[in-house]
Amino acid sequence: MASTSAKQTGWDDVVVHVVTGKGGTGKTTAAASLALALASRGKTVLLCEVEGRQGIAQLFDVPPLPYEETLVASGPDDGGDLYALAIDPESALLEYLAMYYRLGRAGKALDRFGVIDFATTIAPGVRDVLLTGKVYEAVYRNKRGKNDRVYDAVVLDAPPTGRIAQFLNVNSELAGLAKVGPIRTQADSIMTLLRSPKTAVHITTLLEDMPVQEAADAIDELHDIDLRVGAVMVNMARRKELDEEARELAISGDLPRAQIEKDLARVDIEATTELVDGLLAEAQEHAERRALEDEQRERIAALGVPSYELPRLADGVDLGGLYELAAHLCEQGMA
Amino acid sequence: MSTRGRTTRRVGPLAGMPEASPRLDVDALLDDPETRIIVCTGSGGVGKTTTSAALALRAAERGRKVVVLTIDPARRLAQSMGIETLDNTPRPVPEVSGSGTLDAMMLDMKRTFDEVVESQASPEKAAQILANPFYQVLSSSFAGTQEYMAMEKLGQLHKDAARTDRWDLIVVDTPPSRSALDFLDAPERLSSFLDGRFIRILLAPARGPARFMTAGLSVVTNALTKVLGAQILQDMQTFVAALDTMFGGFRARAQQTFALLQQPGTAFVVVAAPEADALREAAFFVERLAGEQMPLAGLVVNRASRLLHEGLSGEQALAAAERLESTGDDSTAVTSGLLRLHADRTRIVAREHHLRQRFAAAHPHVPTAVMPALSTDVHDLDGLREVGELIAG
Repeated sequence: MASTSAKQTGWDDVVVHVVTGKGGTGKTTAAASLALALASRGKTVLLCEVEGRQGIAQLFDVPPLPYEETLVASGPDDGGDLYALAIDPESALLEYLAMYYRLGRAGKALDRFGVIDFATTIAPGVRDVLLTGKVYEAVYRNKRGKNDRVYDAVVLDAPPTGRIAQFLNVNSELAGLAKVGPIRTQADSIMTLLRSPKTAVHITTLLEDMPVQEAADAIDELHDIDLRVGAVMVNMARRKELDEEARELAISGDLPRAQIEKDLARVDIEATTELVDGLLAEAQEHAERRALEDEQRERIAALGVPSYELPRLADGVDLGGLYELAAHLCEQGMA
Repeated sequence: MSTRGRTTRRVGPLAGMPEASPRLDVDALLDDPETRIIVCTGSGGVGKTTTSAALALRAAERGRKVVVLTIDPARRLAQSMGIETLDNTPRPVPEVSGSGTLDAMMLDMKRTFDEVVESQASPEKAAQILANPFYQVLSSSFAGTQEYMAMEKLGQLHKDAARTDRWDLIVVDTPPSRSALDFLDAPERLSSFLDGRFIRILLAPARGPARFMTAGLSVVTNALTKVLGAQILQDMQTFVAALDTMFGGFRARAQQTFALLQQPGTAFVVVAAPEADALREAAFFVERLAGEQMPLAGLVVNRASRLLHEGLSGEQALAAAERLESTGDDSTAVTSGLLRLHADRTRIVAREHHLRQRFAAAHPHVPTAVMPALSTDVHDLDGLREVGELIAG
């Protein structure tokens, strides 16, 4: 189901990949895997986080990221570099002021009067304009003709689904507040980028009822504000060891016990009653879970967006696991 | 925002052998009449809402008069409590057995904020505030409003409970923020907003003597006007001036609720999944509670994997599966599949065990309940009962 190629889905034209999802579904893991997958195709990629968690640094096992694009992984030959950046609104605001208004002294004065703190933690909408504004800057940097690094793709580890529409709909957040003025103009430019074919919003989910429901709700919300939904990224999908027939037998308790005992004996394992009972019970639990997962897969298929699966890694996600997940995404054609 | 917790140092014994945590005695906690408030907290996606509902139901069926405040329940969970759509008013959950009662409600953040404004200001002033564009955005999207309003609602429920005797236990779910600490930081954030230098500057012209109108300030206002435009500043000023009379009220209420959380009748239940991130969050929260002198009841680890038999190690199972597969005999596919499943499960169980032990080594005194993963979703009251039983052990 999840093997449409990059050409068909058109991800090649996408520069900004926004990754959201319900809390606990592995947004950061999915975003990092996607960024690695894109880099493995020879692209120069920037992976950003905006929630001050330093989740990227933890995943890549590097020191906490500063407000500076930092090389975290490099391809074997030319190209394929992955940079990471933790965007915090305070630094973004100061940079923004310096860049567009040449506010050296005033910038510091703003800080002294608590304005930076006010604008970035309290003033609604302003914070999000600053965070998405940095992404905008990274995308359009080349157009300003500087010698700065040019990215082929920017992957944004975004806030969770509950806040994503609000986060991305920056100009409507500001609409009631700033009807004119530079920050409004800035918000409008960001919005144009986010609504263009250059941007896709991907939603991570688990194969469980609530995360899938939230993914479905988020798709509706994003459509309502004219944002393009990219793909559903299914995280922590269970292993597919048993085929459908075997799973049905496992649920009804009809797996061939004698055959299993014979096979175990063949590889020198003593097939005690307890062991065989245990294996059968584990198989039953697995099959029940898989049945629920398949129900959710059907719901996801009905959402009308492509989906990609990341397997559940028994040892958890470490750096090696991340590379493995990136390979899965490449294989399925997401990058 | 949530970076604050990450810069704090580790708190707890600095040396210790890995050992099992003491067991969290859930029933003793629920049965104790001194327990008046249970706050379930933890990072997003760990099953806080389900845990809150299950604890509330169990307490009710053991004879307590319970109200549960959920934040954003799944439709199925709301349905499982026999209520199609929960709203800002507590409604009785039907078919609760035993002598106790259970009411359930869902936080409506904007409604709650509006009510606070209406209760604190004169009708004309309230109308003026409610219509201000700044208020409308603030009340529906200020990062932290949900946390603050959950606190506010808890304070209200507590007052109602004391006044009417309708409830003797309040179970609170906390908003699905990335960091569990956000819940505790929200009132502080609101206070610092209200006490902030910038707010005072905004208020200064309205207060007469322009003593703040220093050279520094005009640089600031000029810069702000440049960036934000003059109109937004004006709206902000109007809003802040309108809210001014209520500042004291807001701050006092936030502080009261915060103090309520420090009382011995409150019990925090930290919820986590057996994942590194969730347990790290749980550890931060446990340390923070200790720092704030807030009573911690214990840790609930949801969705734990378990082995259904012990006889075969993961390595053995994997080796056996590989040997079976190398025979090229298709009839062994089911058996090798079972062995691989078992090997996988063994690794997951070992990793989760390791993560829990790491937590226990740093926080040996935190009572812990481990709740095994269910193979089906909760969709009715029986499902919630089962969860309650499993947590209680």
